Amino acid sequence: MRQTLPPLLEFVVLPAANLAAALGITAILFLAIGVAPGTALGTMIEGAFGSSEGVGYTLYYATSFIFAGLAVAIPFQAGLFNIGGEGQAMVGGIPIALVCLALPGWPWWAVLPLAVAAGMLGGMAWAFVPAILQVRRGSHIVITTIMMNFIASALLTWLLADILKAPGDPSPESVPFADSLALPVWDGTPLNVSFLLALGVAGLAWLLLNHTVWGYELRATGRSAEAARYAAIPAGTVAILAVCLGGACAGLVGINEMMGVLHRLVDNFTAGIGFVGIAVALMGRNHPLGIVLASLLFGALYQGGAELSFDHPRVTRDVVVAIDGLVILFCGALEHVLRRPLAALWAA
Amino acid sequence: MSLPDLLSVLAATLRLATPLILASLGGLFSERAGIVALGLEGMMLAGAFAAGSVAALSGSPWPALAAAMGAAILVAAIHGYATVSHRGDQVVSGMALNILATGLTPTLGLAWFDQGGQTPALGPQQRFLPIWGGQSLLVYLTLLLMPLCWWLLYRSRFGLRLRAVGENPHAVEAAGLSVTRLRYLALLLCGALAGLAGADLAIAEGAGFTRDMTAGRGYLALAALIFGKWRPAPAFAACLLFALADALQLRLQGVVLPGIGAVPVQWIEALPYLATLVLLAGFVGRARAPAALGVPFEEEK
Amino acid sequence: MPADPVPPVPALCFDGVSKRFGAIEANRGVSFSVAAGTIHGIVGENGAGKSTLMGIAYGLHQPDEGAVRIFGAPIRSARDAIARGVGMVHQHFKLIESFSVLENIVLGAEGGLMLQRSLARARAALAPLAAANGLDLDAIVGALPVGLRQRVEILKALYRRAEILILDEPTAVLTPAEADTLFADLRRLAAQGKTVLLITHKLREIMAATDRVTVMRQGQVVADLATAATNEAALAELMVGRKLMPEPALSRKQPGSAVLAAEGLVWRDAAGVARLDHVDLVLREGEIVGVAGVAGNGQSELLAALAGLIPAEGRLLWRGETVPDRHRAALLRRLGLAHIPEDRERDGLVPGFEAWENAILGRQRDPANSRHGFLRGAAIRRETRRRMAAFDVRPAEPRLTSHAFSGGNQQKLIAARELGETPPALLVGHPTRGIDIGAIERIHQRLRALREAGTAILLVSAELDEILALADRILVMVGGRIVGALARTEASERRIGLMMAGLGEAA
Repeated sequence: MRQTLPPLLEFVVLPAANLAAALGITAILFLAIGVAPGTALGTMIEGAFGSSEGVGYTLYYATSFIFAGLAVAIPFQAGLFNIGGEGQAMVGGIPIALVCLALPGWPWWAVLPLAVAAGMLGGMAWAFVPAILQVRRGSHIVITTIMMNFIASALLTWLLADILKAPGDPSPESVPFADSLALPVWDGTPLNVSFLLALGVAGLAWLLLNHTVWGYELRATGRSAEAARYAAIPAGTVAILAVCLGGACAGLVGINEMMGVLHRLVDNFTAGIGFVGIAVALMGRNHPLGIVLASLLFGALYQGGAELSFDHPRVTRDVVVAIDGLVILFCGALEHVLRRPLAALWAA
Repeated sequence: MSLPDLLSVLAATLRLATPLILASLGGLFSERAGIVALGLEGMMLAGAFAAGSVAALSGSPWPALAAAMGAAILVAAIHGYATVSHRGDQVVSGMALNILATGLTPTLGLAWFDQGGQTPALGPQQRFLPIWGGQSLLVYLTLLLMPLCWWLLYRSRFGLRLRAVGENPHAVEAAGLSVTRLRYLALLLCGALAGLAGADLAIAEGAGFTRDMTAGRGYLALAALIFGKWRPAPAFAACLLFALADALQLRLQGVVLPGIGAVPVQWIEALPYLATLVLLAGFVGRARAPAALGVPFEEEK
Repeated sequence: MPADPVPPVPALCFDGVSKRFGAIEANRGVSFSVAAGTIHGIVGENGAGKSTLMGIAYGLHQPDEGAVRIFGAPIRSARDAIARGVGMVHQHFKLIESFSVLENIVLGAEGGLMLQRSLARARAALAPLAAANGLDLDAIVGALPVGLRQRVEILKALYRRAEILILDEPTAVLTPAEADTLFADLRRLAAQGKTVLLITHKLREIMAATDRVTVMRQGQVVADLATAATNEAALAELMVGRKLMPEPALSRKQPGSAVLAAEGLVWRDAAGVARLDHVDLVLREGEIVGVAGVAGNGQSELLAALAGLIPAEGRLLWRGETVPDRHRAALLRRLGLAHIPEDRERDGLVPGFEAWENAILGRQRDPANSRHGFLRGAAIRRETRRRMAAFDVRPAEPRLTSHAFSGGNQQKLIAARELGETPPALLVGHPTRGIDIGAIERIHQRLRALREAGTAILLVSAELDEILALADRILVMVGGRIVGALARTEASERRIGLMMAGLGEAA
C-alpha cells in the first residue's frame, strides 16, 4: 500500500529528498566528466542568482517552464500523460508568429492578447488530435503525442524552409517582427512581461482545478475512472478538455520565446522546453504552485548550466537534459523509494 | 520503378527494419510480462553510444556489441528497480530514462572524445560491414532471432510463465513463482535486444554514434508492437512497413509529383510518424493488451 | 470411525499462530488441528482472521509467533506449502483468462523446459478427470462460466498432488444447486483420503458439508467442535459473541405509487452478449424489491442501467414520465435517485479526495454544492461535518482524505452521502458485503426505516437470507432476464434457488 505522509513531508520534504538524490547522481556525473561538483554547484548558483542579470535569465527560463509544466500537469490530474508539450508549443508558435507578422505597426500591448489567443488555439489544436484519438479510438496518448512531436518538428521546419523563410537569409527563420511588438524586458535581460502572464495562468489553473466543478470532475476522473463513471461525469469530454487545456498552456511558450526574445519564428525554438515541463510537473506534484517553484528551480539550473558551460567547454546544455531525466526519474518513477524510510522516520 | 530499383528499395527496407525488429522483439518480452516498454528509445540510445565508444576504443565490433547489450541492460535494470521493485509509474520511468539517455550520451561523448558529443568515426574493421547480399551480420542475426524469440515465448516454460505474469501476476504468485524474478528476466531480454538494436545503428548501419541517432525508432518499435497486437509476426510486418516508409523517403526526395510539385523533404521525413499515428488510430482500434500491462503488482495482504 | 489407539499425525496443525499487520492483530494464538481425510469448516465474520490464517497455511505470510505444520513438517513459503501438498482455491480465482484450461493447470508445475512436452504430459494425466468434470482442456478459461472455472482451480490443485485443499468462500459465485454438486465432489475427495478446509460465512454450508468446525472471532479461535454436536443458531452466536435479535416482521403498509420504472431494458456488452435482456420492473414508494441471482447474471448491469450509467435500450420512467437518454445519469441524480454502488471501494469514493469532496460525488452540480461553476467549499464542508456526525463517521473531520478512514467508516461516509436526506428512490447493491454481522443489523434497520419513510428501494444481493429478510417482492435474474417474480409470502429459499438455477417456474 502507498503510505500517506503528513502534508509537510508529502509536499516539501519528499520532493526535496528526491531532488537531492537526483542532484547527488548529477554530482557523480560531473566527476565522471572531469568537473569538480562543488565548484560546478558554486558556478551554477552564482550564475543563476549572483547578479540581476542572472536572476533575469533564471526567471525568463522559468516562464517557459511554467507553461510547459502546466501543459503536463493539467492532463495528468485527469489521468492522462501528455508528452506532447514540445510539439504543442511549436505549433502554438506558428499562429503567434502569423499574428505578429500580420500586425506590424501595432503596439505590443494590443497584439499580446491576440497572440495569446492564437498561441493557445494553436497548442490546443495540436493537442486535440491525440486527445480525440485516445477517447474515441483508444490510441495510447503517450505514443500519439510523441508522434505529434516529431510531426510538429517536421511541420515547423517545412514552413520555415519553404513558406515563411526570410528571403536571403540562409538560416531557417522567418522575417523579424516589427520592433513595436517586442515585449518590455527587465533590465537588459530576456525576462519580459510573459513572466507575469505565466504566474497569472498558473493562478487560473489553480482556481480551475481546485475551486470549480469542472476541476473537481477532472480530478475525480484522473484519480478513479470508475468513481467518475458512478458520479455521471462524462469522462471523454473531461479528458479532451484537459488535454486541450494543457495544449493551450504549451502554446504560450512562444509568447515568451518569440515576442519576448527571438522576435521571429525560428526552427526548433522550443529546444526541449516541453520535456522539461514533464520534470517540472512531476517535481511540483502537478500542483500549480509546485510547478511555479519547480520552474524557478529549473530556470536556475538552465541559467547556471549556461554559466557553467562558459567555464567548462565540456559542459553543454546536454548536462541539463540529463539532470532533467534524473529529476523525472527520482521525483516521478522512484518517488516511492524514499517514501517508506521517510514514513518510518516520521513514525519514530 | 525498375527491377533493380525495386530490389534496392527492398534491401534498404530490410536494413532499416533491423533495429526496429530487434527493439520490438525486446519490447515484446517486456510488455508481455506486463512492463510498458516506453524506455526502448533510451535503451537503444545507450546501446548505440556504448557500441560506438567501445568500437572506437577497442578497434573491434565484438566487444562493442557486448557493451551495447550491457549498457541497455543497465537502463532496463533501472527501469526494473523503479517499476518492479518499487512499483513506480512505468510510463514516467520510461520517459525519464529516455530523456536521461538523450542528455547523458552526448555529455559523456564530449567528455571522452571531444568531438561535439559524437564518438569517433569508425573504420571498416571496427564495424559490421555487409557480408552477403549487401546486408550485415546483424541483419542475419535478427532474422535468426525472430523464430528463436517466437519459440521462447510460445514453446518454452519460460514463455508460458512470462505471458502469465503479464496477464495475471496474482495467478503466477499463487503458483509459487516469483513475479519479480520473471519481470526482471523479461527486462533483461528486452535490454539485450534493444542494445543490439542500438549497436546496429552505431556500428553496422552507421559508422559511430551521433547525438539522438535513434530519432524515435524506439517509439516506432513500440508502436509496431502495439499495431502487431503484441504478437511477434505481425509486429515484424509492422516494422517492415515503417522501414519501407523510411526507405521510400530516400527514394522520394526530389521526386516531382504531378499537380503538387516537388514533395517537401520534411513531409517525407514525417511519413513514418504519420503512418504510426494513422495505423494506431485507424486500424488497431482497441487491441487487447496484456491484461496486467502497466499495472504495478502488489502482493496480497 | 473407530478411535485409533495412537492419534495419527494431523494433516494440518496450527500451533499458537499469531500474526500482526501494523496495529491490527489478525490472528492471536490460534491453535487447532485438522485430521486427514475430513472436511473441516472455518467460520467467522469478515475480519475474524480466516483469510490471514489460510494465507499462513499456504505460506504466503509468515506467522509472528507459533507455527503451521503440514503432516508434521513446518512450512516457510508458498513453494514449501505446495510441495507438502497444500492446494488453495482462492475466492477470487487465480486464473489467466486468455490461457486454455490446460495451460492454466500446467503453469508453475511444468516439470520441464519444453512447453509442448509438459502440455502433452498433463493432457494425458488429466484427460479422464477432465472428462468426468465436463471440462474441455483446450477451452479458453475466460469463456468458461464461473462454476467451471472453480473446477479448473480444483484440478490445478489436484494436478499438483494436493493432499490438503483449502477453499475460500467457494460458493459465493455458485447457485445453490452448483454448491450442492461442489459439496458432493468434496466429500468424494475426502473419501479418497484428501483433507478439505472450507472457509465460509454461510452456516448452512458448514452444517451440510463439514465433519468438524472451528469458529473464529477477532483473530482468535472461540470454538472447535464436531459439526454433529452443534447447530446454526449456536454457531451464529459463537461468531458474533452475543445473542442476535430476531428479524422484525415485514411492513404491513401497502406500497404507494411508482417512482422508478423500466420497460424493455436491453444492454449488450462489447462482445455483443445481451447482459440485460428485456427487463421490466417497477419500484413503488415504500417497498423493497429484492433482486436475487447468481453473481454475473445481469444484476450489476441492472443497477448501472437504472442509474443511467450504461446506455441501455428501452425506457426508464420517473414518476410516470420518460427519462431522456441524454445525460440520463445526471438527470436521475437531480431527480433524487440515490445509489449505493455494489463495489463501494472501487466506485463509491475517489481515492485521495478529502471527505467533503467525496461527500458530494455525483452531486457536484447540485445548486447546494456549486454555483456558477464554482464549488461552495465552506457550505459543503459544513454540511459534510453535520452528516458525518449524524452517520457516526469517525473521525468526523471533512478535511481528512478518504484513506484516513477505516473501511467501515468509508462505507458510512457513502451512506451519509446517499441517505442523508430521505431519497425518493434508492438503488443498493450488496449493502452488507464486507461488513460484520453486528453492522449488518444496523444497515438492515436503516433500509427498513427508509421504506417506512416512503423510499422505493431496489436491493441487489447475493445473500438469499438478506433478500428474504428485507424484500417485499423478489425478482430472480438469470442470464440478464427476470425469470421469476415472487411476493415475499410465497418465496422460500428453495423456490428461489431453483429459479436461480433456471429450473424454477417451468411447471
